[in-house]
Amino acid sequence: MTIETNVVAPPVVSAAPLPGKSGGNLLWLLNPRLGIGLAILLIMGVGSFILPMFAPVDPSIQASYMRNLPPSGIHLLGTNSLGQDIFWFLVFAVRNSLTLGVLVALGVTIIATAVGLSAGYIGGGFERVVMLVVDTFITVPLLPILIILGALIRGNTSFLSVGIIIVIFGWAWDARTVRAMALSLREREFINMARFSGANTVQVILREIFPYVSAYMVVGFINTVLFAINTEATLSVIGLSKVEVPTLGSIIFWALNYNALFTGQYVWLVAPIIATITLFLGLFLTSTGFNAAFASKRGVS
Amino acid sequence: MGVLAFVAKRIGIYFAVLFIGLTITFLLPRLMPINPVDGYIGQLQSRANGTMTAEAITELRSTLETLYGLKGDLFTQYVSYLKRIVFSFDFGPSFTYYPQPVSAMIFNALPWTLGLLLTATVIAWLLGNMVGLVAGYFHKKKAASILEFVGILLYPIPYYILAVSMLLLLAYIFPIFPLSATFPVGQMTPEKFGMVIYNSLLPGITLVLAGFGWNILSMKALAVATTEEAYVTYARLKGASNWTRMTRYVFRNALLPQVTALALSLGMVFNGALLTEMIFSYPGIGLIMRTAANGGDYNVLYGAITISIIAVATAGLVIDLLYPLLDPRIRHK
Repeated sequence: MTIETNVVAPPVVSAAPLPGKSGGNLLWLLNPRLGIGLAILLIMGVGSFILPMFAPVDPSIQASYMRNLPPSGIHLLGTNSLGQDIFWFLVFAVRNSLTLGVLVALGVTIIATAVGLSAGYIGGGFERVVMLVVDTFITVPLLPILIILGALIRGNTSFLSVGIIIVIFGWAWDARTVRAMALSLREREFINMARFSGANTVQVILREIFPYVSAYMVVGFINTVLFAINTEATLSVIGLSKVEVPTLGSIIFWALNYNALFTGQYVWLVAPIIATITLFLGLFLTSTGFNAAFASKRGVS
Repeated sequence: MGVLAFVAKRIGIYFAVLFIGLTITFLLPRLMPINPVDGYIGQLQSRANGTMTAEAITELRSTLETLYGLKGDLFTQYVSYLKRIVFSFDFGPSFTYYPQPVSAMIFNALPWTLGLLLTATVIAWLLGNMVGLVAGYFHKKKAASILEFVGILLYPIPYYILAVSMLLLLAYIFPIFPLSATFPVGQMTPEKFGMVIYNSLLPGITLVLAGFGWNILSMKALAVATTEEAYVTYARLKGASNWTRMTRYVFRNALLPQVTALALSLGMVFNGALLTEMIFSYPGIGLIMRTAANGGDYNVLYGAITISIIAVATAGLVIDLLYPLLDPRIRHK
C-alpha cells in the first residue's frame, strides 16, 4: 500500500524545455521496462474490454452453472461454489478494476494538480494552510476511515460511490508532489519573464508551469491507478465494498468466504492472485519506464 | 533554524494534524445519510417482532443517542466529543460487548498491533535499505540488478495478495505455519510466549516482505544518485576503502530522505498492518475493527480510528524528532 511513496523524490526538472517530439515519433520513449509494462497493459486492457462482449452470461449472476466444476474446455478455469464461471468472473473483474482505477486517477490528478500548482505558485499563508491539510490527509491512515464509511454505507452503495470516496482520500500524495515541482519552478527565470511580459497567474500556471509538470503527471496518473485498484480491492477483500460487482478484490473475498483453501479449489484463489500481480507489475513497469524515459530525455538519468 | 525552532514547529504541526484528523473522524459519519441509531433500533424492533411501543422507541432512541454522543446540535456534539477524547479518553461502551468500555478493548489490542508492526517495520526498513544500498552502490555490476529485480517484483504486489499468497504457500501447500492463528490468553509463560512468536511469524513475514520491496527501490535510487556526488569521488581519490565510502559517505547521506519517507509512509504501513491482522486473525486493532464493522459496533470503530490517527501521528512525530540526531546540518545552524 505504499504505492505512491515512490514519488517522494520528485523527478528533476531541467531548465531547458522538453525538446519537441519529432513528428509525433514517440519511439524515443521506449525502454525495455516501458515496453514490457505497456505490452502487459495492452493485452490485459484490450482483452478485458473486448472479451466481455462474448461472455455467455453475466458472470456476477449466481447459479448459472453447476457448482465447483474443475477446469475444462467449457469452463476454462472451472466454476466456483456460487455456480459462477471463474474465467469470466476474472475477465469482468479486471475490466471493472481497471475502469475504476482510471476514473479515480482522472479525478485525483485533476484535484491534485489544481491544489498542488496553486499552493506552490501562490505561496504564502494560502500555501501553509493547504499544505497542513495535505499533510493531514497523508498522515491520517486511510484504511480505518474507509472501513467506517464502508460499514456505514454497505449495501446501499454503488460501485461508483466507492470510487468517489477513494478520490476524496487519495489526492493528497499527488498534490504534495505537484507542489514540490511547482516550488522548484517558481523561482525560474522564464517564469519571471512571463510575469514581466504581463501574463496573469492563470496564464503562467497554464502556459509555463503546466507543460513541465505534465510529464510527471503521466507517471503520477499510473501510480494512482495502481493505488485506486489496490484500495478498492482491499475494501472488497474484507467485504466492505460492493462485493457483488466482480473486481480483483471481490473475487478473493468470495473465495475466502467459501473457504476455497479448505475445499481445495486452488484455481479460484490462485487465478486472481496471478492476474493481480501481472496487472500491477504491468502498471508499475509502465510508470517507472515512463519516468526513466522522461529522465533520460531531460539528460538527468 | 535551530533545533528548538525545529522541534517547536514540528510539535505545532503534530497538534494541527491531530485536530484536523479528529475533526474528520467526527464529521464523516455525521455527514453520511445513514444513522447508526436507526439501524440499531430497526434491528431491535425486528427481533421483538414489532412489539415495541412508540414511547419505548423514543426512550430507546434518546438513550442510544446519549451513548453514541449524538445528543444536541452538531457543535455541542463536537465540543463534548473533543472533551471526552482529550480529557478522559472515553469512547463510550461497546455495543456488541456491552457494557465493556471501548477504550479497554482497544488498549488490550494495541500492544499486539504495535509489537507486530514495529518489529516488522524495523526489520523491513533495515533489510531493505541494506539491500538497496548494495544494489545502488554497485549499480554498474550485473549482480546488483538482480537485487533490484527482487524489489521490482515485490513492490507492486498489494498487501492482501501477499497475505493470501503467504497463507496459501506456507500454511497450506507447505504446512509450516498454522492456517488460523491461535493466541493464548491470560498470564504470559515462556511456553505461551513461544506460541505467540510462532503464530505471529506468518503475518510478520508478510509485513516485512511488503515493506522490503519499496525500501530496496527507493534506497537504490538514492544510493545511485549519491554515489555520483563529488564528495564520494573525493573520498575515493583520498584512498578511502569501498566499505568506508559505501557506509560513511553514501549511506549516511542517502539515509536522510529514507527517514523522512518512512515518517510519511507510516499511515500506509499502518493500513497494511490492519489488513494483515484481518486476514490472519491476529488479535490487534485490525481484527477489532473488522469485527466491529461487521457487527455495526460504531463506538468501537470510532475509538479504533481515533487511536490509529493518534498512533500514526505520534510515530511520525518521534521519527521527525530523531531527524536532528541524524542530520548535523539542523543541529549546527
